[in-house]
Amino acid sequence: MSNDQYLMTNNLSDIINKPVRTDLVIATRYVNLFYGDFQALKGITLEIFPNTVTALIGPSGCGKSTYLRLFNRMNDLIDGVKITGNIIVDGEDIYAPETDVVELRRKVGMVFQKPNPFPKSIFENVAYGLRVNGVNDKKFIQAKVEQSLVRSALWDEVKDKLKKSAFELSGGQQQRLCIARALAVEPSVVLMDEPASALDPISTAKIEELIYELKKNYTIIIVTHNMQQAGRVSDTTAFFYLGELIEYGDTKEIFTNPKDKKTQNYITGRFG
Amino acid sequence: MRRFFKKLFEKIIEGILFLSSTVTSLAIVLIVIFLFREGFALFGRSPVEEGFVIAVNNKNPVSEIKASQIKDIFDGKITSWKELGGNIEDIVLFRTDDISNYFSEEELGENLEHVPAKISELINKTPGIIAFIPEKFTENDFAGKIITTDKITAGKFLAEKQWYPTAQPAAQFGALPLILGTLWVSFAAILFALPLGLATAIYMAEIANEKTRRVMKPLIELLAGIPSVVYGFFGLIVIVPLIQKVFNLPVGETGLAGSIVLGIMALPTIITISEDAIRTTPLSMKEASLALGANKWQTIHRVIIPYAISGITAAAILGIGRAVGETMAALMVTGNAAVIPHGLLQPLRTIPATIAAELGEAPQQGLHFKALFALGCILFLMTLGINLLVEYISSKRKNISR
Ligand SMILES: Nc1ncnc2c1ncn2[C@@H]1O[C@H](COP(=O)(O)OP(=O)(O)O)[C@@H](O)[C@H]1O
Ligand SMILES: [Mg+2]
Repeated sequence: MSNDQYLMTNNLSDIINKPVRTDLVIATRYVNLFYGDFQALKGITLEIFPNTVTALIGPSGCGKSTYLRLFNRMNDLIDGVKITGNIIVDGEDIYAPETDVVELRRKVGMVFQKPNPFPKSIFENVAYGLRVNGVNDKKFIQAKVEQSLVRSALWDEVKDKLKKSAFELSGGQQQRLCIARALAVEPSVVLMDEPASALDPISTAKIEELIYELKKNYTIIIVTHNMQQAGRVSDTTAFFYLGELIEYGDTKEIFTNPKDKKTQNYITGRFG
Repeated sequence: MRRFFKKLFEKIIEGILFLSSTVTSLAIVLIVIFLFREGFALFGRSPVEEGFVIAVNNKNPVSEIKASQIKDIFDGKITSWKELGGNIEDIVLFRTDDISNYFSEEELGENLEHVPAKISELINKTPGIIAFIPEKFTENDFAGKIITTDKITAGKFLAEKQWYPTAQPAAQFGALPLILGTLWVSFAAILFALPLGLATAIYMAEIANEKTRRVMKPLIELLAGIPSVVYGFFGLIVIVPLIQKVFNLPVGETGLAGSIVLGIMALPTIITISEDAIRTTPLSMKEASLALGANKWQTIHRVIIPYAISGITAAAILGIGRAVGETMAALMVTGNAAVIPHGLLQPLRTIPATIAAELGEAPQQGLHFKALFALGCILFLMTLGINLLVEYISSKRKNISR
């Protein structure tokens, strides 16, 4: 989507009239997203606080991934996408013309559903984000790689084989490598799209533990299919249904006392 | 009943399929056996034309002469027996036809029946003579000494530099210039074609929109379907004069012209295969790169190309294979000089071009004919090697992308 298009379709008074709260890391206001003629997100307004874990839940195809991918502008890559509304990260409208997408993506890291390491060594996978951002200082890169691997709880397992291909790791290790890769560029937000759905229970538990740790330093938004997982790792939960945000609030509250019938049905497993 | 027919029908189809695959495999095996049988028949033979011998005076201490020396002697480059380790004595060349210079028609007889005896006499009284004569002249009371030559071996065939397949009295079959010519032209062709083809493949797979791709794809397939004579013709009319002008050469038919034409011909192979390889890069991997702040070019050269590298390598090697085996275009633009190339601005000659050019003139069952088959064997082994390499690389690729 071009920025002109964005400005044209935007309700400018919204930006002007509503002051941005500085303690919010992320906020969306009346966001609509269209894939061609199909509207995948319908007027989503939501606010996310720093150092929290927010779970996006809802049945398949309800727009969780689409919503998540707004924050690092990954939807830009798809032809025919139209977006209206405001998406604010760190107090700035990220779809404004002056936004530096590279800078944004450094700030907002992403972990994908299936582990997707690069066809490179373990070390180079983690160093990748630094290198493409123009960092050449060897010592710095080395320190960052180690730090990121420590933070993603993978260091002990790979410290002796950093030169080995990332493909030699197990699925769970690969996913933690992908987390390390995202952490290496020092993001403040980490987006995770069903990061454990392709993993076995033990690896899943490790990832969940890791998310809990990471919360101290990062703001995390996680899409999950797994209700128990949402309950275990998240502070707040947003329930999506057919492109709409049905309910948003404290995770405990949503799980024990959902206000909307649809939320209740979904959580108790009646559909989805 | 119907069931029975259905079963029968299936059996018949199965039989037909089995038969065709057997016939195909058999045909392939037979072709290979035939090729190698003919080709290997070259080795262990004397390079002197069949049914002929080379003879010298009985007192001449030289009794063995190399095939290359025989050529030099008869070309007049070696003129003294001393150079061959013999006496200080000028070499006197003698071919059967020269007999009339020495003897009158009466002496030779009405039906030339005395020719063998007279030749024997001549050899006996000329100390410096070297005679190239039919073997049957030496059957009774021959006064000269028959010279032996070294036999053709696979090692010499591969390593020697002289390709004079029709030289008389002794042909020389040194395939090295042809082998090197083939390799040179093919590698240089890839040097042109790989960057161009890879760039096109990247453009088609990653940058072009669907519409552009839909136009380009058939065009490239069309390029693959153009007969090679047309490429050769294009090379001859456009590239050869251009090279001649640009480099100010006496002739434009050079290895470079061959490389360019063969490179163009290898393009479709390279583009199609590397585009396929590039396309196998999972979207998630590209997204991961972009999500880390990489731009499109960084993603292409740091992630997509490394991911597709084995496919790209396979494309390059198959492209070489295409160039190695190409006959017509190479024949038309490389200048066909069977010398070891010292640069791409010289004429050279490839194996397939040699076979195509010479097979028509080589008498069947003759040495030359067999030598061309031996060249065919080399070509076969080259392409086999190339295919095995590709096989190996793509099996590695499967391991990576499991
Ligand atoms: N690239 C796309 N083009 C068109 N429609 C899409 C595209 N991606 C997703 N959609 C549609 O948008 C809706 C939301 O998709 P998604 O965000 O992936 O859902 P979820 O992650 O909740 O399963 C679905 O109906 C899906 O079919
Ligand atoms: Mg999804």
